[in-house]
Amino acid sequence: MVEFNKISGNVWNIPKSGKMLVPATIYASERLMDTIKQDKTLEQARNVACLKGIQKSAYVMPDAHQGYGFPIGGVAAFDPDEGIISPGGVGYDINCSVRLLKTNLSVEEFMKKRHDLIEALFVNVPSGVGRGGKTRVDRNVIMEVLSKGAQWAVEEGFGRKDDYLRTEENGKMSADPHAVSDRAISRGLPQLGSLGAGNHFLEIQKIDQIYDEKIAKAFGLQDKDNVTVMIHCGSRGLGHQVASDYIKEMEDKYGFKDLPDRELINAPINSDLGQRYYRAMGAGANFAFANKQMITHWVREVFEKIYGSVEIDVVYDVCHNIAKMEKHKIDGKLKQVCVHRKGATRSFGPGREEIPDVYRSVGQPVIIPGSMGTASFVLVGTKTAEEITFGSTAHGAGRVSSRSAALQNISGEHVKNELAKKGIEIKATSWKSIAEEAPEVYKDIDEVVRVSHEVGIGNLVVRVVPLSVMKG
Amino acid sequence: MFCYAPINYINLMPQTENMAEKYKFLQHTADAKFQAFGKTLGEAFANAALAMFAVMFDPADVKPKIEREIKTEGKDEKALLYNWLEELLYLLDTEGFLLSRVKKITIKGKVLEAVVAGDLVANGYKTHGDVKAVTYNEMDIKKEKDKVIAQVVVDI
Repeated sequence: MVEFNKISGNVWNIPKSGKMLVPATIYASERLMDTIKQDKTLEQARNVACLKGIQKSAYVMPDAHQGYGFPIGGVAAFDPDEGIISPGGVGYDINCSVRLLKTNLSVEEFMKKRHDLIEALFVNVPSGVGRGGKTRVDRNVIMEVLSKGAQWAVEEGFGRKDDYLRTEENGKMSADPHAVSDRAISRGLPQLGSLGAGNHFLEIQKIDQIYDEKIAKAFGLQDKDNVTVMIHCGSRGLGHQVASDYIKEMEDKYGFKDLPDRELINAPINSDLGQRYYRAMGAGANFAFANKQMITHWVREVFEKIYGSVEIDVVYDVCHNIAKMEKHKIDGKLKQVCVHRKGATRSFGPGREEIPDVYRSVGQPVIIPGSMGTASFVLVGTKTAEEITFGSTAHGAGRVSSRSAALQNISGEHVKNELAKKGIEIKATSWKSIAEEAPEVYKDIDEVVRVSHEVGIGNLVVRVVPLSVMKG
Repeated sequence: MFCYAPINYINLMPQTENMAEKYKFLQHTADAKFQAFGKTLGEAFANAALAMFAVMFDPADVKPKIEREIKTEGKDEKALLYNWLEELLYLLDTEGFLLSRVKKITIKGKVLEAVVAGDLVANGYKTHGDVKAVTYNEMDIKKEKDKVIAQVVVDI
C-alpha cells in the first residue's frame, strides 16, 4: 500500500520516503484517483521517484494506469550528467503518436458517401496484425527513413513540407539508424506505412464543441461544419524491437538485482549505451513519423477519389511515448533535462521555440484521442504545465479494465450497434477487435481533460466526436 | 536441466482436471496477463506461446501448413521465456506467421530449440488486437511438484 496525501482538489502527493529521491505528484480528480489507486500506478510512480538523477518529482497524469516499470501517464525528468535514460520510461511502442488533420469537406457532404470512404480507406491504408505496408522498401531506404522521419516521406512524394513543419520535432528526431539492430530493421521493413492493430485507429470526426474560439481559430479548428481526421499509430515492430534490444543490453551491462521491477532497467544518459539507446529511440520515432506521413498521403488520395478536390491540412502531430532533451526551469534556473513521457503528451505554452511558428504565440496544440467511439479533444499547451509537469499533460482516456474482461463481457456486435445508434460507423478487421476496444474499458475522457484544464496543464480548445472509425 | 515435451505428446494427454488447462488469462488494467501451465518447463513455454497468440487469434483455427525452427538463448529462465516469445513475434512481424502449434520444444541449460507449425496471415485469417512486445513486468516462473507455471504480461 502506498501512502498518499491530498494536496488540493486535483493534486495528490506521495511524500519522499525510503529510497525515493523526490516525491511523486498525481494530478487527478477524486473519481479518477479512485481507479488509479486500485492498480499498481502509485507503486510504479514511487519506483520512478527512486531513479538516479530524477528532478523535482515523478509526475502522474489524470489518465494514468499501471504500466510496466513506469506507469502509463508517467512523466519524469533526469539530470543529463547524473541521471538515467530508461527504455521502460518511453515504452515499447516508441513514438506511439497522434496526428490531427483538418479538411474543408462539410459534414453534410461527408455523410453522403461515408460508407464508400471507410471502405476505400480500409483498402488503401494497410492495417491489422502481421499485415504490412503496401510499399516495399529495402534496407537502404529504411536507413533513410530512420534518419529523416516524415521529411523522408515528403521527399518521396508522400505529402508536403507544411505537414512535417506541423509535427513535433518537425517530424525528424536526432537519430542514428546504425544504433538500430538488423532484427529491428527486419521487423520494420514490411511494416512501413501501416496503421497496425490494437488501440490504433483512423477516425473521421466533426467538431462538436468549441471552448476557446480565439485559440480554435489559431489552430484552424473554428469551423464546426467541416470534418477532421485523426490518425493514431506508432513505430510498429521496429520500435518494439529497439526497446527489447536495449532492455537486454542494459540488463547485461548493469544487472537488475537492485531494481524493484526488471522493466525499470536503465543506463546513465551520458554513457555510451545510454546515448546509443537515445539515438536508436530517435530512429524508432522517425519510423513512426514517416508512417503517419504516408498514411496522411493515402488519406488525401482516398478523400479526393471519393469526394473530388478536398483540402486536407495537418493541424499537429504529437508524441505519446518518448524521451527528449528539453530546457526547463528548476530552482529558478533554466536547465537541460531528459524528459521521459510514457503515455503523456508534451504541452508547451506560448513562446517555446520547439513549437511551430504558426502556434508560437498561443501555445502548442495538444491532441488527446478518446477511446473508440467517444469524443477526442484538442487542448492548448500552457506555461503552468511547463512549471508543474515539465510541460506535459494526459494522452488519452486510459484503460480501466482489461481486454480479456472486455471480451468476456462485451460483444463486438453489441458495440457496433451501440455506436450505430450514436451515428458512428465502424469498420474493423474482426468483431473481437471492436469488443476489446469498447468505450466501457476506458476511463471517462471528459473527466481526464476536465482535470487537465482545471489544473491548467492543458486547456480545453475543442471537442471532436467520431463519425466513422477504422480499426486494425 | 533437460526438459523435453513434444507437443503431440501434450495433445494426446488425457484431458484430466490437471491437464485440461493450458493457460488462463488474469485481470490486468491495460495489458494481457496470463499463466501457462505444463508438466515441464518446455510444456509451460509452449503453452505460453499459445496464450500469447490467443490475444490475437485462436491458434486452433490456424492450419499447421508451414514449419519454422527457432533457436534462442537466455541468461536465465525468464530471459529464455522472453526471448522465445519474442522470436515468435519476430516471425509474425516479418512473415505474418501465425502459430498453430509447437511441434517440439527442447530446453537445455540456457538454450531453447523448437519447431513450430502454422500458416501465414495472408492466407485469409482474421485477427484482432495486437501484441506489441513481451515484458518482464510481473513475469514469474514457478515450479511445483509435476507442474510449472509461467506467468507473462504482454504489452498490447
